[in-house]
Amino acid sequence: MSQMAVQEAPSAAAPKADAPVRIGVKNLDFYYGGFHALKDVNMNFGDREVTALIGPSGCGKSTLLRIFNRIYSLYPEQRATGEVMLDGRNILSPNIDINELRARIGMVFQKPTPFPMSIYDNCAFGMRLYEKLSKSELDDRVEQALRKAALWDEVKDKLKQSGMGLSGGQQQRMCIARTIAQQPDVILFDEPTSALDPISTGKIEELIEQLRADFTIVIVTHNMQQAARISQYTAFMYLGELIEFGPTTKIFMNPDQKRTLDYVTGRFG
Amino acid sequence: MVAISEQTYKNATAVTRRDNPFRFDPLFAALSKAAAITVLVLLAGIMSSMVYGGWDAFAKFGTGFFTGTQWDTMNDNYGGLPAIVGTLSTALIAMIIGVPLSIGTAIYLTQLAPGWFKGPVGTAVELLAAVPSIIYGMWGLFVFVPLFAAYFQVPVSQVVEGMPILGTILYARSPSGLGILSAGVILAFMIVPFIASLTRDMLDQIPTVLRESAYGIGCTTWEVVRHVLLPQAGVSIIGAIMLGLGRALGETMAVTFVIGNANRLSASIMDPGSTIASRIASEFNEALGMQMNALIALGCILFFVTFVVLVIARILVSRVKQY
Repeated sequence: MSQMAVQEAPSAAAPKADAPVRIGVKNLDFYYGGFHALKDVNMNFGDREVTALIGPSGCGKSTLLRIFNRIYSLYPEQRATGEVMLDGRNILSPNIDINELRARIGMVFQKPTPFPMSIYDNCAFGMRLYEKLSKSELDDRVEQALRKAALWDEVKDKLKQSGMGLSGGQQQRMCIARTIAQQPDVILFDEPTSALDPISTGKIEELIEQLRADFTIVIVTHNMQQAARISQYTAFMYLGELIEFGPTTKIFMNPDQKRTLDYVTGRFG
Repeated sequence: MVAISEQTYKNATAVTRRDNPFRFDPLFAALSKAAAITVLVLLAGIMSSMVYGGWDAFAKFGTGFFTGTQWDTMNDNYGGLPAIVGTLSTALIAMIIGVPLSIGTAIYLTQLAPGWFKGPVGTAVELLAAVPSIIYGMWGLFVFVPLFAAYFQVPVSQVVEGMPILGTILYARSPSGLGILSAGVILAFMIVPFIASLTRDMLDQIPTVLRESAYGIGCTTWEVVRHVLLPQAGVSIIGAIMLGLGRALGETMAVTFVIGNANRLSASIMDPGSTIASRIASEFNEALGMQMNALIALGCILFFVTFVVLVIARILVSRVKQY
């Protein structure tokens, strides 16, 4: 019955059997001022796996993502309580160096965010802040990052040109290159393809699957087929609660909760 | 099929407008065209009457009008250099003091100030921009100038006296508080709210996601402002600065109050001087004959300088739209 209702079977690689935990979330609550946006979330993110967060608008999936690099703390009225362990340290603790944390946890946003500088400088931006590299090392890392982001062939002759001149899909891949050039541990994707055309979306999805070899990835998406295609684990959230979390195959083919089934089959949301 | 298309046809006639829109459109077009042409005619009229009024002076003194330092009403011998230099130097001083203050204010208001503080200070900055210049002039003359003389001019003059370059530029022969520097400082106070509120609006227009993205890389607030926000808003900030400069060049009342209205050229910014606008304001009432022509010629020069500044501002601001 449930199998019949599901439109598309997940096609991504199966999860590694023994992936260690990279991010551990325990008793996490989040507040926007007086609004209780995340309620007692508990889950673990596997090392070098792609975990998708899905759920209807306002369910708290982006909120959860924005906790991992503490970008929410730019806004004083937002606060989180509980525990988010990254490599044995609680990143919610006040004595964490936030800037260093953000350098270790890259983030890619809904819309491309090219900085007002050349393509090369965009990619070198994070490295220049945090590492002392020679010109040739910097050149190598920029090239490596752009190759990994599948953008090198398109921009190698115009590295000195403004990043603003690229197409939307290219800009988004440049932002991914900028993020991976910094060699972070985790990359957060916040609906990275929502502003892109299908071809660019396909390229970015392919890219995320390749990045899985080197990085732990958490992706928020509205597109359930996308979650099914690229993730090994999926978390379904609803009204600030984590309803169900498990291997993507199980969430999409045979979920435990009726609400999950209703959502992934398109009956609500 | 036939029945449906007949029905559709009836509905189509039912929504036809009663009035004929084409009757009003030509009138509207003519009126707005007339308004636009009026502006052009006014501009051309002002320009040509300035050139016509100042022509005698330009014709008599030639390039000497730009380089002459005499302003001799007895012998009708006029040179505009002191006023031109005064205009440019007060505006330059205003920029040097005002631009960092303005941009600092804008950065603080958009990036650092807590929410409850932003609103009131932002409104105060905008109100300050709307204060009439005569108020700045009165405050400058009655409050600022005496304090400036006692606590800045006198001590600084004592310190720099006899020094090679500073002893010339910063030495006040008669520390009255009136002078080029005082005028520059008052002008800076006047343009700060103007540039600051424009810059603040431009920084506010930068999408939140770009700012978050820069923080997400691991930037400190300073790095976000320095490497991302200011370059992103950069050209429009330059446009705002240019508009402030235009205001500083043409400001009349406040400057006339505090500059001292001296007709001589001095190497010291502590000494009284005059700007084109202050010279015109203080002499226009009694001017006759060639003196009147010379004043109008000065106005013509000011008009041209301001025009050039505005054109540069427009070019810079229009470039922003390319992003």
